[in-house]
Amino acid sequence: MSIEVRNVTRRFGSFAALEDVSLEVCTGELLALLGPSGSGKTTLLRVIAGLETVDSGQVLFHGEDATTQHVRERRVGFVFQHYALFRHLSIFENVAFGLRVRPRSRRPPEAEIRRRVHELLALVQLDWLADRYPHQLSGGQRQRIALARALAVEPRVLLLDEPFGALDAKVRQELRRWLRRLHDEMHITSVFVTHDQDEALEVSDRVVVMNEGRIQQVGTPQEVYDQPANAFVYRFLGNVNLFHGRVQEGRALIGGDSVAVPAHGDTPAGAALAFARPHDIEVLRPRAGAQGIAARVEHVLALGSLVRVDLRPDAGNEVIHAELSREDARGLALAAGERVLVRPREVRVFAA
Amino acid sequence: MPLLLRRHSVLPGFGLALGFTLLYLSLVVLIPLSAAFLKTASLTWGAFTAEVTAPRVLASYRLTFGASFLAASINAVAGLLVAWVLVRYRFPGKRLVDALVDLPFALPTAVAGIALAAVYSTNGWIGRLFVPLDVKIAFTPLGVLVALTFIGLPFVVRTVQPVLEDLEPELEEAAATLGAGRLQTFARVVFPTVLPALLTGFALAFARAIGEYGSVIFIAGNMPMVSEITPLLIITKLEQYDYAGATALAVVMLLVSFALLLLINLLQWWTRRRRAAA
Repeated sequence: MSIEVRNVTRRFGSFAALEDVSLEVCTGELLALLGPSGSGKTTLLRVIAGLETVDSGQVLFHGEDATTQHVRERRVGFVFQHYALFRHLSIFENVAFGLRVRPRSRRPPEAEIRRRVHELLALVQLDWLADRYPHQLSGGQRQRIALARALAVEPRVLLLDEPFGALDAKVRQELRRWLRRLHDEMHITSVFVTHDQDEALEVSDRVVVMNEGRIQQVGTPQEVYDQPANAFVYRFLGNVNLFHGRVQEGRALIGGDSVAVPAHGDTPAGAALAFARPHDIEVLRPRAGAQGIAARVEHVLALGSLVRVDLRPDAGNEVIHAELSREDARGLALAAGERVLVRPREVRVFAA
Repeated sequence: MPLLLRRHSVLPGFGLALGFTLLYLSLVVLIPLSAAFLKTASLTWGAFTAEVTAPRVLASYRLTFGASFLAASINAVAGLLVAWVLVRYRFPGKRLVDALVDLPFALPTAVAGIALAAVYSTNGWIGRLFVPLDVKIAFTPLGVLVALTFIGLPFVVRTVQPVLEDLEPELEEAAATLGAGRLQTFARVVFPTVLPALLTGFALAFARAIGEYGSVIFIAGNMPMVSEITPLLIITKLEQYDYAGATALAVVMLLVSFALLLLINLLQWWTRRRRAAA
């Protein structure tokens, strides 16, 4: 089941939650809507579900206009951030809910309901909790039950609103890998919302980066990470260092240094913003002839497999963050207060 | 007891706190109530049964308990609706409406009774409208029902409101995505969640209505066998210095009320047992 969103605009008062958004979700893919809070990602998900109306534009399911269709008729599975389990019903009855509320003519017989619910509980590996009540379960278990409940109605698409947002870090990691495996088995068209870039990059087939009600970029995790469409996407997908400089003849001039930026070979010379990831920053001991930005080591912090170094450049105030491998850091043997040269190995340039 | 004592608590000592609780309950509740039983005991069994089963008394039971039950039921429905509107919608004057709900709590009951009698009598604002239908409200059992409904409303609204506030709109959305219609969502999701609170509100409104005196006597007309409530009979007997007779009726009311409240509590325990405390 493919989903198409065409030129959708949704305003709340003077605030534009979605501004002329168009998006296509292919059949069977797992798509992530990624953005900071207030970027419109949840609104877009709710528009697809039919929980939110649009001011203008269309939502199509498999080519069919579903814009005016009620959420009941859209057959979407929706998973909420805070689970929204029915607390007065047992786990079994929670999952069975969607089957029991069907009109009599389409309601499966009791034996069939039992079979289906146990099948789903087995799928989320929580069959042994069927007789418990939601408050007796952990957050991770509740979210898996919420997923089973959503799947019980055999939805055409599965929509998840920050499904792991309320869980602690470890459970979150486990659960997102589990979701990916589940999706690989079921191939149901799925869209999930997250503000966590790692989650989006790890789990999804394609990522949609949103900001201020607009889509900034759509692409595979690799594409958006390696070829960000604009400065916002670059900054949002991880830590960055910002350098004010110039771009000239395919080179970025930063401080006393210059780095090749082949993509900007024919960009007219002018002021530019250059971004570099912390792992693309090289730290050198100053010696004769070496080029780079003169800086002083401010702080060295060993973090597992990485060593994070904060550097203060002589010119400018912004601290440069560098991430060195353990071996490199050992070779340099940096200590706070030492003078070094900093070189970005690779930068990405956007017009200032 | 060393285990209990070691546990930290703000109030000093379990023994002291429990002692105070028992003393307080005795002074305020148990001793006055047992006095009613003691006074009643001065009657012989025969005199007691004759006193509490006189036709006029039986009629008053029917009215008191019947009208109270009906009023509490009406309030359960209307109160749920009012609480729903106050929780789920934003409208101008909402705070004012919210404050109005508490008015029956605060108003002296006699004032409420006089006002209701004036409005619902055959030439009052509302009573007038019912004249063409040949329905009299004030000075009939219907008037009793109106007064008891009036005083019971805040109990239901104030107990249901916080529970509705805790009921996330996501639950209704979840039900909708699963294909439930409005009626199904209400019957299967909203209602079961608020039911324990609704029962509490009902019990409180009911208990209050049974004991209500001030507002009812002004609107009831107080005709023996028709619109006379049991508390009024008790007062009448007191005025005739028939203390034993008055306490006999009081004991019956007490026992019936206690039994009913116990029943409602059991019902509540049964519904609450199945859901989360946290």
